[in-house]
Amino acid sequence: MTDAALPPAVAPARPATAAIQKRLKARYAREKRFRAYGLIAIGIAVLFLAVLLGSIVKQGYSAFYTHAVTAEVYLDPAVIDASNPGGANYDQLIASQQLAELGVADDERGTRSTAMRALFSPDAGFGLRERVIEDPSLIGQTIEFTAPIGDDADLYFKDDISRDTPQAQRRLSDEQLAWLDRMEQSGAVTSGFNSDFFTRGDSTQPELAGVLGAVIGSALMLLVTGLLAIPIGVGAAVYLEEFARKNRITAFIEVNINNLAAVPSIVYGLLGLAVFINWMHLPRASPLVGGLVLALMSLPTIIIATRSALKAVPPSIREAALAMGASRTQSVFHHVLPLAMPGVMTGAILAMAHALGETAPLLLIGMVSFTPGIPEGLTSPSGALPVLVYIWENASERAFHERTAAAILVLLAFMIVMNLVAIVLRRRFERRW
Amino acid sequence: MTMNPDLVAPSREPRQGDVSALDTDRNPGHAEAPVPTVVHPGLTGPIKIKAEDVSVFYGQKQALFDVSLDIADKAVTAFIGPSGCGKSTFLRCINRMNDTIPSARVVGKITIDGQDITDRSIDPVLLRARVGMVFQKPNPFPKSIFENVAYGPKIHGLTANKTELADRVEHSLKRAGLWKEVADRLESPGTGLSGGQQQRLVIARAIAVEPEVILMDEPCSALDPIATARIEELIDELREEYCIVIVTHSMAQAARVSQRTAFFHLGQLIEVGPTEDIFQNPRERRTLDYITGRFG
Ligand SMILES: Nc1ncnc2c1ncn2[C@@H]1O[C@H](COP(=O)(O)OP(=O)(O)OP(=O)(O)O)[C@@H](O)[C@H]1O
Ligand SMILES: [Mg+2]
Repeated sequence: MTDAALPPAVAPARPATAAIQKRLKARYAREKRFRAYGLIAIGIAVLFLAVLLGSIVKQGYSAFYTHAVTAEVYLDPAVIDASNPGGANYDQLIASQQLAELGVADDERGTRSTAMRALFSPDAGFGLRERVIEDPSLIGQTIEFTAPIGDDADLYFKDDISRDTPQAQRRLSDEQLAWLDRMEQSGAVTSGFNSDFFTRGDSTQPELAGVLGAVIGSALMLLVTGLLAIPIGVGAAVYLEEFARKNRITAFIEVNINNLAAVPSIVYGLLGLAVFINWMHLPRASPLVGGLVLALMSLPTIIIATRSALKAVPPSIREAALAMGASRTQSVFHHVLPLAMPGVMTGAILAMAHALGETAPLLLIGMVSFTPGIPEGLTSPSGALPVLVYIWENASERAFHERTAAAILVLLAFMIVMNLVAIVLRRRFERRW
Repeated sequence: MTMNPDLVAPSREPRQGDVSALDTDRNPGHAEAPVPTVVHPGLTGPIKIKAEDVSVFYGQKQALFDVSLDIADKAVTAFIGPSGCGKSTFLRCINRMNDTIPSARVVGKITIDGQDITDRSIDPVLLRARVGMVFQKPNPFPKSIFENVAYGPKIHGLTANKTELADRVEHSLKRAGLWKEVADRLESPGTGLSGGQQQRLVIARAIAVEPEVILMDEPCSALDPIATARIEELIDELREEYCIVIVTHSMAQAARVSQRTAFFHLGQLIEVGPTEDIFQNPRERRTLDYITGRFG
């Protein structure tokens, strides 16, 4: 009944409607184009990432397994003095018995056995020696022993050394390659997980070199960095944002913090060298000094991230708290900071990830020097993962190259673990609203 | 009980010029004005808040000009006036929230129960525990409903143990008329409530510290008529215990809930009096124009 009062269903199009309709097509086209650009950008980014990761994995995966030769070893009492089992030359023992097995006679100068010894890791003789010292009753018996092989032989089994290369240009002679082939044919050669890579410190011998020292060094440094930079950075940001009066001095400080964030990291290394090592006499190349330098470097990032997270908290929350009679400090710590926490965490994690990958300042505080073994504490000399990557990349042994890529993978895994922890922590904070 | 002539219906004699002539202190002759026979109920209470020549500056700009005003206890006083006339600014003087704005400067004197609250020695934290505030946009903390209401008693140490705290939270929520709706979900976030529920939640939060004064800055401007009616009912109930000041843009609301109304315009207090008089018999032309919608 009220229908009659309604205007006719098809009203003549107003000129404005027509104009809008005309533009509508162009607007949608523009939107489509923009989405396409976005997709292309993401595609390119993913492609680069895939190429980068792919090439690292391709180069590095072979470092995660290694070869060994399992052989019967006669622990000759003529060679091993039962009263001093540690004094014998076990490398030579293994090499000469391998030669005998292959039916090759050594010459008087021992050239062949030296060549055979070069195929095994220094760890082979060492391992056998340990076993005999542990149980001297083995002397005179024949035992089965798995001897890790040397880096060059390992590379040969990984098809990284080609017979087509002229003999003079490769580290293994034709004769040695022939021996390796015969060992492989006899089924003595086995391949397995390279656990040494994860349980050892750095070494000049690639087959003995591992990342554990560097991983622990990096972890200790990050501990120092996190414990210093996060509380100091967040505290400074809270003070500047919530308490400090906005005047010229705070403006000056703000400009300087922003500038510090852009200072090249090597400058922090120089500063660390001058202040922490030369002036305060803290031990060189220690995780303590590294952590201090990285903390200085991370501070501006954390301060800037925290400040913007605090700025993003709606002022109504502050007003609500103050109007309830909360003090400034209470309003900040009960309400504003918890709300800003996810942003603060993001900033802190970014800064820590950055610190983990930082190399230049660590080189300057002495970490570039060779540090074998595993750091014992904050003040003992230590390596760091990115520095290890740098050192190995510059090493002459080819076997270090695959280990460089593998160390990069370990670094990435470290970062992923750190980010996962951060995400879990973030969730925890967010769940408390 | 002191009877303040300013709190009862003013004389009908037309007054001209300075608004501050309404101020009894500066106009002793006022006391001799014929005392009206009809005293509005609820206005016989003592003066709770007394403002004298309050001016507020934001930087160089003056937002409030020499406002002198008495506010009665156990009554609702409404502030009306066009947008930007300084209602919120004046309200925020009463709990010193203007302190939090770096550019704001307040001069003049405001007393609550005779105590000068603009004095430097007055601790704004203590003052704000005595003077609660409800904002235009409901702003519950992003915490649980319970935490929202418990926050004030907690920071001020008003309860000795958990059961007392829980009792107080329940009492406050009941007082604010929200208990039935949230009793079974006290642990869910306060921000998850509807706008009207959130506004009652912040009222519960404000009364949980048992303030003496409650300031409300357009508490219903974001609410539908039903939620508004609920809040108005609540204000009417709370009036018996508190001194309530409410800023509103709704003439009808001012007429419904308040016993006294103050009209502000361009930073000046134009007229103050019993609500009935302001709406039926304003002395000032500008008041009449405003309440009849001739300008806004
Ligand atoms: N923080 C501030 N800084 C500068 N000027 C301000 C500030 N707050 C308010 N003002 C100014 O003070 C004057 C009064 O503002 P106020 O908020 O008190 O008005 P109001 O009466 O509450 O208006 P509304 O009804 O729109 O809320 C306005 O001109 C406003 O621009
Ligand atoms: Mg306002």
